[in-house]
Amino acid sequence: MTADSAAIAVTAGGSLIPLAILLPALGVLLSLLVGGRRAERIALALMPVQLAVALAIAAFVWRSGEPLVYTLAGYAPPLGIALRADGFSAVMLVTAALIMPAAGFYARTNFATPRGEERRAPFAFWTLLQGLQAALSLLFLGGDLFNLYVGLELLTFAAVPLVALDGRSETVAAALRYLVFALFGSVLYLLGVALIYGAYGTLDIALLASRIRPEPGVWLAAGLMTAGLLAKTALFPLHLWLPPAHANAPAAASAVLSGLVVKGSFFLVVRLWFDVLVPLPTVIPGSILAALGSAAILFGSALALRQERLKLLVAYSTVAQIGYLFVMFPLAAGPWAADAFSGGIMQALSHAFAKAAMFLSAGLISESLGHDKIAGLGGAGRAMPMTFLALGIGGLSLMGLPPSGGFAAKWLLMKASVASGQWIWAMVMAGGGLLAGGYLYRVLAPALSGESSQLKKAPQRSRESVALALALVALLLAFAPPSFFSFLQIGRPAASVALR
Amino acid sequence: MTSPTLAGLVGAALVGLGLYGLIANPEPLRKILAFNVMGSGVFLVFGIVARKGAAAGLPSDPVPQAMVITGIVVAFAASALAVALVLRLFDETGSATLRPDAWTKPSSDGADAE
Repeated sequence: MTADSAAIAVTAGGSLIPLAILLPALGVLLSLLVGGRRAERIALALMPVQLAVALAIAAFVWRSGEPLVYTLAGYAPPLGIALRADGFSAVMLVTAALIMPAAGFYARTNFATPRGEERRAPFAFWTLLQGLQAALSLLFLGGDLFNLYVGLELLTFAAVPLVALDGRSETVAAALRYLVFALFGSVLYLLGVALIYGAYGTLDIALLASRIRPEPGVWLAAGLMTAGLLAKTALFPLHLWLPPAHANAPAAASAVLSGLVVKGSFFLVVRLWFDVLVPLPTVIPGSILAALGSAAILFGSALALRQERLKLLVAYSTVAQIGYLFVMFPLAAGPWAADAFSGGIMQALSHAFAKAAMFLSAGLISESLGHDKIAGLGGAGRAMPMTFLALGIGGLSLMGLPPSGGFAAKWLLMKASVASGQWIWAMVMAGGGLLAGGYLYRVLAPALSGESSQLKKAPQRSRESVALALALVALLLAFAPPSFFSFLQIGRPAASVALR
Repeated sequence: MTSPTLAGLVGAALVGLGLYGLIANPEPLRKILAFNVMGSGVFLVFGIVARKGAAAGLPSDPVPQAMVITGIVVAFAASALAVALVLRLFDETGSATLRPDAWTKPSSDGADAE
């Protein structure tokens, strides 16, 4: 297939776009067809190919400086459905294609396919992981609001069973809670889609951007869709489902859920406000989003400070870090818009890598110690230094200390909020950084103390390396060159590009 | 009152009822039913939208109908998944409730059951 796809890619880079969606979908179908024992091998074999496709898409976008477009069956919108890859989609695709194999490699120990007999948990894990990858690709590339709804639902249907994979009653309850919130979100989103189609007769993002006017119906639809997406992104006060779901899932699944799945619905909020609702004034709705985000930063961090279990602490820190993502919205118009946009995206990327690293480390810690109580971490840092190094570097990015991707993100957002005169967001972000320092200190201080610690079994060096590699990527994002930020702007509506 | 207006109002009422049920009721089975009531309301709104397309001279706009069919499939799959989880929860604990005390407490052993 490499020769074929290369031939197509040379003629039109757009043909790579459906490949990024179909490849993992094909993996799911193959896993179902040829049976459970080969699901692991299929998943692990397709992930590098997926990464190659994602990188190729990014290269095409980079070289042409324009979004790639693919129309299904050659019908142009509004009749047909378009798939588009702009700078933001390409970056998210590559991020997903990097974190998935890392989580997969880590999970090979927990979800190894046993010889001889067929077991359900490994089969389900590897199939669902590929399902998540397909759904994420669809979300990042979809150019039609209804198509994106289908992507959202696929994402939910793949993510919810991952939470309940080990079948304990708490995890089933957490999964059910998650599903209820997600369904609430999807119905609201769908209602918004119906209203927009009713008003403008198309759901294509590019066509809508030029047709939409600030009318009551559009405001209603925007409110419904945003509220629905917030429930799926777990923005305060709709975050209640996240901590139990992410803390109880197996570590590899938590890494993907916290790192990537919540970013899927966040990506749609960005699409909606930056690419679809372009003619709407963004300061007031953006300020509401940023106010919720600020509340998330403060509440999530404060609750993280009070947790007794490491995985719950990391999950509550996800609630807080999601808050930072929404600070970019009131800053979306004006000369500082490009900084705010870059900062928001940088936060999404650095949190994806840092949080995946932290959940994988937390999983290693709880496997090695036999528990993940923070009170029992005394001296564990000496027994497993590499794991705690990964946890600490991930934490560095969460706090926003230089040099880390988190620092770059928070710096850009603070710069934009100061430049726009909206000081309040900068203050909240600074406070959130302090609180993050507090909850990380709670974990790292006892772990690095001189007590002696008994490990039940030593962590595998290869799995520690995976966590550390992800943490280092979060660190390296701090050194992103200016050309990376102009790459993120590819495909943005003209207003914000002109101000670059 | 014309019939599309009436249908639109009924759709809005269904969405409102479903939303209330989804938020106010702690029993998961009722939440699933409320979700389906809400979904029906949304599908009805899609029906009105299809009807509006008829003003352009078509018998009715087929695109929203296609969306409703997709939406019904998705809602069916979601309900099936939710019911499966409720049954599993009932098998494990003998009750199927989402009362806060049943799920906010961390597990006592604290360990990953990996």
